[in-house]
Amino acid sequence: MTNPAERVTNPAERVTNPGYNYAYLDEQTKRMVRRALLKAVAVPGYQVPFASREMPLPYGWGTGGIQVTASVIGPDDTLKVIDQGADDTTNAVSIRQFFARVAGVRTTERTAEATLIQTRHRVPETPLREGQILVYQVPLPEPLRKLEPRETETRRMHALSEYGLMSVKLYEDVTRHGRIATSYDYPVMVEERYVMAPSPTPKFDNPKMHRSPALQLFGAGREKRIYAVPPYTRVRSLDFDDYPFEVQEFDTPCALCGSSGVYLDEIITDDQGGKMFVCSDTDFCAQRVAAAGDSQGARDPQGAGGLQ
Amino acid sequence: MTEQPILRVRGVSKSYGRRIGCADVDLDVYAGEVVAVVGESGSGKTTLLNCLGGNLEPDAGSIAYRFTGDDWQEFLTLSESRRRLLMRTELGFVRQNPRDGLRLRVTAGANVGERLMAVGARHYGRIREAAVEWLERVEIDAGRIDDFPLAFSGGMQQRLQIARNLVSGPKLVYMDEPTGGLDVSVQARLLDLLRRLADDLGLAAVIVTHDLGVARLLAERMMVMRGGRVVESGLTDQLLDDPQHPYTQLLAASVLTP
Ligand SMILES: Nc1ncnc2c1ncn2[C@@H]1O[C@H](COP(=O)(O)OP(=O)(O)OP(=O)(O)O)[C@@H](O)[C@H]1O
Ligand SMILES: [Mg+2]
Ligand SMILES: [Zn+2]
Repeated sequence: MTNPAERVTNPAERVTNPGYNYAYLDEQTKRMVRRALLKAVAVPGYQVPFASREMPLPYGWGTGGIQVTASVIGPDDTLKVIDQGADDTTNAVSIRQFFARVAGVRTTERTAEATLIQTRHRVPETPLREGQILVYQVPLPEPLRKLEPRETETRRMHALSEYGLMSVKLYEDVTRHGRIATSYDYPVMVEERYVMAPSPTPKFDNPKMHRSPALQLFGAGREKRIYAVPPYTRVRSLDFDDYPFEVQEFDTPCALCGSSGVYLDEIITDDQGGKMFVCSDTDFCAQRVAAAGDSQGARDPQGAGGLQ
Repeated sequence: MTEQPILRVRGVSKSYGRRIGCADVDLDVYAGEVVAVVGESGSGKTTLLNCLGGNLEPDAGSIAYRFTGDDWQEFLTLSESRRRLLMRTELGFVRQNPRDGLRLRVTAGANVGERLMAVGARHYGRIREAAVEWLERVEIDAGRIDDFPLAFSGGMQQRLQIARNLVSGPKLVYMDEPTGGLDVSVQARLLDLLRRLADDLGLAAVIVTHDLGVARLLAERMMVMRGGRVVESGLTDQLLDDPQHPYTQLLAASVLTP
């Protein structure tokens, strides 16, 4: 309260629930999280331990991401929350409402308008820009865990940059499937130093993490780890020279907005097994539909879901 | 011998609390030679090997390696990363129980390829070629490259472990009772293979065994341990035919010479 550096003296404070501290976490916890974040930014890709707090949500709901968001948010921010690319899932809506209430921030579904975006699974299709912060909710921060259960060993591997085991995993992938079949949480090398788990995002989004102008922060609540990819950091997806990294490609464009080169979800349209592929990024899709509507006459994206 | 050794061990000691593991061990190993370490159970063979191979930190002593020219490197004062690099390039370690020395959850090919990938191999096809070559050299059918180690017999697992170590072209390999759990005919085949690999590759090896027959077959030189200390060492044939130390005499008398 007395620290002028804390952004709590804004009029927006008035709209917050008086039963909570600004942005829910107490100032001491936020300072602790910020210290971890600063260290994470200083050492890109390195997992910084932090004293994760209990949040009024179960762990699977992104408590790590929420603590990061709570620690960096200010009344001037505009928050967007996405879950699998969508702004309107229960999870996304409740996190958005939570911060609207405890931090008094404006919220948005538009990527371009947001200063702070908390995400589970996706990087928005709309390119991010300088000044934006993307906060990932991470369930499993340790990329080597499935191969090496001992924490002491994985820590030593990171310290010594010993990542042969990661290649062993890719070798097994190619051997079993004839290609690198890992399609999400695909391991990346950050700034040629630390191997990092990009959280359960599809590998389609890995290239967007590379040299992104936005600050990317990763929070794992249950595992008590924070890591970061600062703006313009190199992020390389691991691969073999003869089996290079490739992103998913989709045969058809989005059935709603006609976009190609974007990540699509399969949705079931009726109980006769009818299905179609649509943008996973609902904001991007709606923008594209609206833009097309402006030139061709209005067309409701919700209504399009009912097309045969 | 005017030639210099590649390994020079001086005064290596390791205790477990008040129990002596090994004490004040000296040992020189020359390029391409096989040295056997023999002694009864509990005499400190495994402890010594683990100290030399980097699995255990000795309490005292010096372990110096010379892998290039006159460049002696004191193993115990190397940085951890240099030490681990040596351990997976110039050195090998074959454990008595292959399950301790293999990754059981990945295929035979990945087991063999791991060292190559650890030092930066990034071409799947070439890693696989090397794995095929090494499986064949240890007499495992290349068609089994995608099988898991647990689908292999004990003798095959041991040969797989050897291939996994030799793929990086080490100059010195430690083997702790490599024929331990195997039945006699399988043992004989493995010993024959080891002898041939050592000759073909000019590989030096330190082999722990309590079987003097194994020592006689494989090793030019031999070292006898008791109670953690070296009681006698020398050329294997001499030592077995004309043992000086009473303990060695006892050991030599207790085996039928082949
Ligand atoms: N982890 C340990 N903790 C305590 N004592 C140990 C440990 N490992 C070995 N020792 C002791 O150190 C001594 C040497 O053991 P070591 O395993 O080196 O003998 P060895 O010659 O390899 O025996 P074996 O032929 O049975 O494998 C023994 O007295 C043993 O009980
Ligand atoms: Mg032993
Ligand atoms: Zn779309």
